[in-house]
Amino acid sequence: MKGFRYLENVATLKLDQPTCIGCGRCLEVCPHQVFSFADRKASLRDLDACMECGACALNCPVKAITVDAGVGCASGMINEWLQDHNMAKVGGSGCCS
Amino acid sequence: MNDHLGGCKARWGIGRMNYMIPPGLYAIGTPTATDPVLVTANYKMSYDIVRQALTGRNVWLLVLETFGINVWCAAGKGTFGTGELVRRVTSTALATVVSHRRLILPILGAPGVSAHEVSRRTGFSVSYAAIRAADLPEYLDNGTVTTPEMRQLTFTLYERLVLVPVELVMALKSIAVIGGVALLPVALLASPAAGVTAFLACLGACLTGIVIGPLLLPWLPGRSFAVKGAFVGLLWSGLFYAMAGGPGWHGAVTAALFLALPALSAFYTLNFTGCSTYTSRSGVKKEMHIALPAMGSALVASLILLLVGRYL
Repeated sequence: MKGFRYLENVATLKLDQPTCIGCGRCLEVCPHQVFSFADRKASLRDLDACMECGACALNCPVKAITVDAGVGCASGMINEWLQDHNMAKVGGSGCCS
Repeated sequence: MNDHLGGCKARWGIGRMNYMIPPGLYAIGTPTATDPVLVTANYKMSYDIVRQALTGRNVWLLVLETFGINVWCAAGKGTFGTGELVRRVTSTALATVVSHRRLILPILGAPGVSAHEVSRRTGFSVSYAAIRAADLPEYLDNGTVTTPEMRQLTFTLYERLVLVPVELVMALKSIAVIGGVALLPVALLASPAAGVTAFLACLGACLTGIVIGPLLLPWLPGRSFAVKGAFVGLLWSGLFYAMAGGPGWHGAVTAALFLALPALSAFYTLNFTGCSTYTSRSGVKKEMHIALPAMGSALVASLILLLVGRYL
């Protein structure tokens, strides 16, 4: 995204190019222009821009894309962790609770 | 006007979780069987923004039950999702209302909706139009073509600014706890005045992390939100040191201040990852694994310094 870059080499996004049928859906749904298109196949243009929203994987009709999708939210993750350890939540009625 | 007031209140967290409209099929203008069907969430702010962008047109608006959550967050949770979309297409008998078989969705709804699955189950094809509702008129006028700009996500100063109020409100409880922890022991062990000083220092650090960190986000050093937060926290520490007569303090107190305040700011700016439009789950996880222990250590070290400093 213009003007913003997050941590490098962490994104779990994977594209299995031989499986790709070149429908171009991933390019349509990606909000960060991670994919590019050439020779009737999608390819990863900018992996580090991926925010792991999972839109591409969910919309790929041949399941050529995998990603450990989820919301990148610190308080959401703290709450998840606390719940896993049977402790009360810290944040109140947030979007990530 | 009323919608504006409602939006402002929601931004400040007032009745935000109940700011919704009933799901279902709505008509904007006087649409006929051939007019397009657009899909949105039942968060009233989402609905109002879409409706406003489409003023003067004849379109159908299919509102999904997302329990008052916006499209993107609801898609992340799956409530703005394949199942709900299929359900709503069926329950509104959309196929008998319109003669075409096409649904127009916001791009940010895609993390919850599987287009080919919707197509298979309802016979309606899915087109992802644009990220912003404001681009819908151009999209519709240009023969439903998405331009590269419509796919480009942004996170402008204004977009960050409007998120700050609700972050502040949601942090109130934790700020009160931190303030209390800073105020009471220091006031009891040292003096009431020192307690108030510690309270103000911590309060400022929290506010710096919640307000200044997010606003200055693209200009702060590093990629990690925690590092950016620690940096503004350090600036606040320096400012507070200069304003509150820091040069007269014991060395241990000064060190404690410069350790604890950046840690507090870093925590709150790290929390802003939840609001940001570009942070990944794996990235936040990695950051937290390093940052949370570091913040904890800084706070403990700071407490030890204060205690040791007192008896030196």
